[in-house]
Amino acid sequence: MDFYAVLWRELVVLKRGFWKFFASRLVNPLLYLIAFGWGIGRSVQMPQGSYLEFVIPGIVALSAMTTSFGAAGTPLNMARLYHKTLEEYLIAPVSTFSFVLGRVLAATLRGLIAALIILGLALLFKTKLAVGGAFLLVLFLTCFLFSALGVVAAMTINSHEDMANFTTFIIMPMSFLCGTFFSTAKLPPGVRQLIEILPLTHTNLALRELGAHGSFPWLSLGVLIFYSVLFFFLACYTVRHCRD
Amino acid sequence: MIRVENLVKVFGRIRAVDGLSFQVKEGEIFGLLGPNGAGKTTTIRILTMLTRPTAGEVYIAGHRLSTEAEQVKRIIGVVPQHINLDQELTVWENLELHGRLHRIPREERRRRMEELLEFIGLSDRRHDLTPQLSGGMKRRLMIARALMHHPRVLFLDEPTVGLDPQTRRKIWELIRQLNHQGVTILLTTHYIEEAELLCHRVGIVDHGRLIALGTPGELKARLGKAVVESFYNGVVDYHFFGSREEAVNFAAHLPGTVLIREVNLEDVFVELTGRRVRD
Ligand SMILES: Nc1ncnc2c1ncn2[C@@H]1O[C@H](COP(=O)(O)OP(=O)(O)O)[C@@H](O)[C@H]1O
Ligand SMILES: [Mg+2]
Repeated sequence: MDFYAVLWRELVVLKRGFWKFFASRLVNPLLYLIAFGWGIGRSVQMPQGSYLEFVIPGIVALSAMTTSFGAAGTPLNMARLYHKTLEEYLIAPVSTFSFVLGRVLAATLRGLIAALIILGLALLFKTKLAVGGAFLLVLFLTCFLFSALGVVAAMTINSHEDMANFTTFIIMPMSFLCGTFFSTAKLPPGVRQLIEILPLTHTNLALRELGAHGSFPWLSLGVLIFYSVLFFFLACYTVRHCRD
Repeated sequence: MIRVENLVKVFGRIRAVDGLSFQVKEGEIFGLLGPNGAGKTTTIRILTMLTRPTAGEVYIAGHRLSTEAEQVKRIIGVVPQHINLDQELTVWENLELHGRLHRIPREERRRRMEELLEFIGLSDRRHDLTPQLSGGMKRRLMIARALMHHPRVLFLDEPTVGLDPQTRRKIWELIRQLNHQGVTILLTTHYIEEAELLCHRVGIVDHGRLIALGTPGELKARLGKAVVESFYNGVVDYHFFGSREEAVNFAAHLPGTVLIREVNLEDVFVELTGRRVRD
């Protein structure tokens, strides 16, 4: 239950800045929806359904990823390097596991909220999307794993600028290449295999499959669980070894 | 209460702490006095487990730091040199977070928070976010936060750095009160007066080494009672004497400007290192 003390602080902060957070999570996806859904989408022919229906799960995944990564990474990086508030946790009798779990769950929650905002928008755009338990589970895992990755980045990257660079060079390319706006099926073989290793690809695959009442995406679910566990342990490792 | 044995910390080519050994007795206010870069912060960080020592061992209340970190964390309180309050939380929430991290039950936590806010005189500022506080208030809040879980040992790294004289005195008063309640205190400072007026015993550190240790009285007695400072031809000279009379007699024959005063810890530092603490 130790992790709750850590989570409690994050919830207090989330509550205090909720509407600002809410608005900030609205802008980007809304622009994507307009640009790719209404704009380009009108002239794109899809095998089934509209392009808008294709792209919405992608934008949900994208927003879940960037939000949870940023929510875990940026404040922790600042807390470690600049505000030094991380020390308050390091001197407390709280295990590394509890600390990481509290932080990761808080960022996961933010990621889920961001994802739900887009699902809400999707309703306004009148798309048919089946959102059930498995859909939410995939979202949860996605947020969880990218939050944990955010912790790893925050603990290993030694400047605020490089933290931003990580987003520019890793997170942004992933958001475009992992089947967010187009199917990865038609990519050249080498590139395709590389991209299919990445977690966001599986979030996109799974959400599309589940959103269209397709078969259960066991493989993708397995990949997401694998990354969640891997990144969580890496996060614990980096926090445990952060003392100079 | 605290036993430091042969502590060494190397950062690349810098030996920040270079074979430091000393003991702090229970109930004492112990000060580490030294210029900037002497290794005081590094020492405190090792003692509070924020930095790993390169070599050496530390015992706090009989617990070995390298193997019993959890037990030690429960009995120590830490006030770092830099302000590290949570800026997104209020005064009250900063204390509450600390209480929660130390698993203090709700009722007891509330009582303790009220008590400490009263103690540091910030009861009416409890709902302010911490960036709204003045420097002295922030420092006091950091002390209160460190006290939430009733630590037996309190570490304060330069507790009054950057504060005006009045606020400094208030913090000293706070530290004395805590000490009267039985808290053992280890603080670092580069202020001579702080070491002289507040600490029962002082360890003078330079380049990561302890170069003198004793009560302020003992340390000063090594040099004598009175000092004659003479300024002549742009050169400053110091002469130490066992009594004021001897100093006055000596000064009578000196050319230039002459100042007779009591020996202070600065003189001790200068005598040992050839430099001033502030240099
Ligand atoms: N993390 C670090 N990496 C490299 N050098 C350091 C680090 N921390 C402190 N130092 C060096 O160790 C020496 C002692 O520093 P510090 O303990 O902060 O001294 P003080 O607190 O007495 O001013 C200084 O030369 C400082 O530059
Ligand atoms: Mg220092």
